[in-house]
Amino acid sequence: MKLNIEGLLVYFPYDYIYPEQYSYMLELKRTLDAKGHGVLEMPSGTGKTISLLSLIVAYQRAFPLEVTKLIYCSRTVPEIEKVVEELRKLMEFYSKQTRESNNFLALALSSRRNLCIHPEVSSLRFGKEVDGKCHSLTASYIRAQHHSNPSFPVCQFYEEFDAVGRQVPLPAGIYNLDDLKDFGRRKGWCPYYLARYSILHANIVVYSYHYLLDPKIADLVSKELAKKSVVVFDEAHNIDNVCIDSMSVNITRRTLDHCQNNVDTLHNTIHKIKETDAAKLKEEYRRLVEGLKEANVARETDVYLSNPVLPDEILQEAVPGTIRTAEHFVGFLRRFLEYLKSRLRVQHVIQESAPQFLKDIYDKVCIDRKPLRFCAERLQSLLRTLEITDIADFSAATLISNFATLVSTYSQGFTIIIEPFEDRTPTIANPVLHFSCMDPSIAIKPVFQRFQSVIITSGTLSPLDIYPRILDFHPVTMASFTMTLARTCLCPLIVGRGNDQVALSSKFETREDFAVIRNYGNLLMEMSAIVPDGIVAFFTSYVYMENIVASWYEQGILENIQRNKLIFIETQDAAETSMALEKYQEACENGRGAILLSVARGKVSEGIDFVHHFGRAVIMFGVPYVYTQSRILKARLEYLRDQFQIRENDFLTFDAMRHAAQCVGRAIRGKTDYGLMIFADKRYARADKRGKLPRWIQEHITDGSLNLTVDEAVQLSKHFLRQMAQPFRQEDQLGLSLLTLEQLESEEMLQKIAQVAHQT
Amino acid sequence: SLAFSFRAMASLSEEVLLVVKKVRQRKQDGTLYLMAERIAWGPEGKDRFTVSHLYADIRCQKISPDGKAKVQLQLVLHSGESTTFHFANESTALKDREAAKELLQQLLPKFKKKANKELEEKNRMLQEDPVLFQLYKDLVVSQVISAEEFWANRLGGVTNTDPAQYKYKQEVGISGAFLADIRPQTDGCNGLRYNLTADIIESIFRTYPAVKQKYNENVPHNLTEKEFWTRFFQSHYFHRDRINTGTQDIFSECAKQDEKGLKSMVVQGVKNPLVDLLSLEDKTLDEGYGVCGAQPSTSNSNRTVKESSNYAIIKRFNHHSAMVLAAGSRKGKCMMFYRETPTDQASETSSTDGNSRDSDFFQPPVKKVKLQEEYEDLQQENRPKTVPLNLKKSDRYAHGPVPLQSQQYTTSQDIINSVNYIQHEMANYKPNLTQVLSSTVATSAISALSPGGVLMQAGAQQAINQMVPSEVQGELKHLYVAAGELLRHFWSCFPVNTPFLEEKVIKMKSNLERFQLTKLRPFQEKIQRQYLSTNLTGHLEEMLQTAYNKFHIWQTRRMMRKT
Repeated sequence: MKLNIEGLLVYFPYDYIYPEQYSYMLELKRTLDAKGHGVLEMPSGTGKTISLLSLIVAYQRAFPLEVTKLIYCSRTVPEIEKVVEELRKLMEFYSKQTRESNNFLALALSSRRNLCIHPEVSSLRFGKEVDGKCHSLTASYIRAQHHSNPSFPVCQFYEEFDAVGRQVPLPAGIYNLDDLKDFGRRKGWCPYYLARYSILHANIVVYSYHYLLDPKIADLVSKELAKKSVVVFDEAHNIDNVCIDSMSVNITRRTLDHCQNNVDTLHNTIHKIKETDAAKLKEEYRRLVEGLKEANVARETDVYLSNPVLPDEILQEAVPGTIRTAEHFVGFLRRFLEYLKSRLRVQHVIQESAPQFLKDIYDKVCIDRKPLRFCAERLQSLLRTLEITDIADFSAATLISNFATLVSTYSQGFTIIIEPFEDRTPTIANPVLHFSCMDPSIAIKPVFQRFQSVIITSGTLSPLDIYPRILDFHPVTMASFTMTLARTCLCPLIVGRGNDQVALSSKFETREDFAVIRNYGNLLMEMSAIVPDGIVAFFTSYVYMENIVASWYEQGILENIQRNKLIFIETQDAAETSMALEKYQEACENGRGAILLSVARGKVSEGIDFVHHFGRAVIMFGVPYVYTQSRILKARLEYLRDQFQIRENDFLTFDAMRHAAQCVGRAIRGKTDYGLMIFADKRYARADKRGKLPRWIQEHITDGSLNLTVDEAVQLSKHFLRQMAQPFRQEDQLGLSLLTLEQLESEEMLQKIAQVAHQT
Repeated sequence: SLAFSFRAMASLSEEVLLVVKKVRQRKQDGTLYLMAERIAWGPEGKDRFTVSHLYADIRCQKISPDGKAKVQLQLVLHSGESTTFHFANESTALKDREAAKELLQQLLPKFKKKANKELEEKNRMLQEDPVLFQLYKDLVVSQVISAEEFWANRLGGVTNTDPAQYKYKQEVGISGAFLADIRPQTDGCNGLRYNLTADIIESIFRTYPAVKQKYNENVPHNLTEKEFWTRFFQSHYFHRDRINTGTQDIFSECAKQDEKGLKSMVVQGVKNPLVDLLSLEDKTLDEGYGVCGAQPSTSNSNRTVKESSNYAIIKRFNHHSAMVLAAGSRKGKCMMFYRETPTDQASETSSTDGNSRDSDFFQPPVKKVKLQEEYEDLQQENRPKTVPLNLKKSDRYAHGPVPLQSQQYTTSQDIINSVNYIQHEMANYKPNLTQVLSSTVATSAISALSPGGVLMQAGAQQAINQMVPSEVQGELKHLYVAAGELLRHFWSCFPVNTPFLEEKVIKMKSNLERFQLTKLRPFQEKIQRQYLSTNLTGHLEEMLQTAYNKFHIWQTRRMMRKT
């Protein structure tokens, strides 16, 4: 259908539309008009992606000079591919309606692992191996060697791309990962480099967060993207953690040992080269004098791990004399390493700020701030000069030098914590130096500054106002849209008591309480008897789950559950869990029914959807608070309090509730879907917890379902499931939660939609 | 009768392949003839066959065991009937029977191929549907209607539905909790008793082929059956939360094998890219980056004993569930093998690592299809094909073992509101005297609603349960089913607008009458003898009477039209 969104003609590739999609597009258009940033929450399964794409593409067509590019960031590879498929659908609709082929270029970009077509390289299983192997075939000096000695192996696909691939731009069209590979195979070009090159002139780019947020990669891939771009972060509820993770470093004894080996290798290599090819080192020295910028005239294939954030002015400067020669730099690294080793020799926990650390290092080993800042860049230059093929081997040295650069660049927003042992095992010495970022806005700031509009969106972003605060930006629009429903297809229940009136809670004091564990088991058992097909249960942590499972096993509860359904359990091994997941789906598919025990914040809770019969009920055992004893967390909480005036408890509750919402939201992936959401902890009934759930869940929690016993919950669930099992047809939805164009355009409906949307 | 005489004439010119004299059938002496297309028997001294079966109608032949005094041969027909011939020539009985058997053995397969597929289909339907079979017995075997009539509009339904679903029987899987059923009980004197049934052993073997292998290796030459199971229950293999300590245990090898199977499963990875957690993320953080302090890490090296035991339990449950799941599909595969080649080797060749992915029951979704976001309600409907559930007892499935209690919760506000409402209503109540019933009508209404009144007889139905013996109830049920079937045929003839239907309706009417005579009457007499209320059959009679009335109306109209 063709929609009129405040005067903008929007092609929407479906015959029907949800009212909230209309509201969403309206809000989105206003954000783009204002050239500002926006925070939009809309439940998953209400067609967020297609709404975003339809509106932004329409906008691009209407105002080609205002918005030149859409950068769509998502989290996982399947999600990225889904977005491109939706886009394909939209574009097909366009060409059908307008009867002309449009000249849009849209493509997905992913890591080499997903794009490589080189027969040997692509057969490797892990991303790191693929990157390393690729590097060993495409680095500039390798290619130079190949030039003089053709028997030296290079990647034919890259050579081919380098020779002709850049001359003609990628023809217009929609390229998913597989399409890129097909195209690459046809032409004999490397799809990865083709994609990286093509994103510069593509109208739409779909890739993962990291390409914008991780400075180590962003600098490489996304540096030259146009300012007049719209950036969308989909599934952005965890964006602050992604930002923080990419800027944090942990150093253990093992790291230092590896680094020591690296430094020795460097030393030996330098010695050898000095005897054979001293000119090379001299040439490098000359370049470094001229400044990093010059050194950085990088051939794209070389810059394999670029440095974390370096301010531009530094790049103009010359590298400080103390680390300019290769030998001096290696000596410098040695000294730094020895210093770190001495810091790890501690008996008690130490926490300090970056300036304190810098002062200490100056006092102890006379290392200045300035050479530290250049450390990362200097190492890259050296690795290039020494023609080291296997950069992956030098990950420890790279890590240490990145740490040096980060710690000397940022005086605020980071903390250094040195722990001599793990809290659980105080007798085993295992010192770790955590250099941890506490301010997610550092990594994302360049994105907000550079791009005209940044849209943060997800199914669960409540409470909305916290994201602008922790990411430090000023949105022009903030809105939460609910899911209009013709039938109440979600049933949130808060189970606060067992049948014996014991209060259910995962709080620390009652964690080991047998009565609570037994009642939790009872709840799962009762549910397994009445819920058809799949049930997913989430625990607050692995340790908690392991303990509960063991105790259910001893009490024979699991055996009774097995009478009703098969049991699968998430483990910390991703491969094992994938297996369990597949078996779980198989058991749901063939009608046997299964239970998946899983962990909030785990991989399953973040990336796997349980549509329809794969998840008819989600049980959240306890409130998934983050492990609060961690010093890093405590430091972060303090920072949030001091810098952003966010109270510790508010943040912890917010964090727990967003994960809880993520978990329970896994079961409802659309309006035809249905599922129970069982919050098994009495604390959920409190207003401060409940109020932080997304609106679309909150509004279905009735006063009567706030503090149920297990039996009551079972009764309500039975009733709900019976109702939901009735046939649900399109006609039932039409005019309520599903609209035709005609219905949408009626005055009355528009008013109703506006009214619902403005409840926020 | 036309058809019969034709057949009789034809028999004259038929080629007779074998004649056996002195063959008794139903205690009558006679002669058995094997001809080109049929087998026939005629009583001595008469030149008519009283028994005649086309070979195509014969499902199989059976012979009496060699040692038996009577030398017999039985023919089982596709319709379920059977005919037994007794070879009575004392000296050559065995030889005679062998000759007939041999010849039949050559002849039957030829006709089997010809034999109608429909017949097989009918046969299968009867075997799988007990209700239908009963109906068949009630109506066809007791000759109320002919087989053709019975099948007339049943087969239509058969050919319409997907024949694939009948191809193989639905297998019953293994209960996930079979190990729970062997919960040990203390026997009172420091020992434990395990309950082990043949079913459970079967389940253990099917789920854990490694154990079966051990069993085959050790029982009975090394261990007695009892010893074997005792050791099994003592082994850490059974108690998986115990960490493997000794190696002398015969089951430690099983555990290793399981471990290997599990590992190979994990290494193979998953087929469905959407559940592959390893490749979900585009770019994982390199080692050393990220905030890892959020949760205490539990690497394998520094686990406490309790933690590793917990981990063992978790692994065990995953493995057990996978094995149970695989056992179900393994069995399914065996069955399919079995249909083609009746060897029992298949179970040996199937995988033992619990990996059931090559089974036909689970097809991983094609990536491309899955990647399309599914908003089935945003576009016109396009449902995927599903596997139909093949139910033996559909009523049990539909009603389930739990009585339904719908719960309607009312809030206190609701209650207060409704009380207020009623009070309001009562306060403002004004009788509207012009609209009330007359006194006679009112009295009759009251009496109708009093115990024993016309409208209060709903309770009588319940009484049937208690008043009538279950055997009579069953019989009544059969009568109802049979009558219903006949009436369905009868009513389906209307409107009678073709000569064929005319013929049929007349036939059906006579069928009904025959039913009433041969089935309903005896039943009525029987319940009378037992002093039960004849009311039981009242409704049946009524239904029949309605049909007769309809028939008479139709007939008189037809007569009038004719005259």
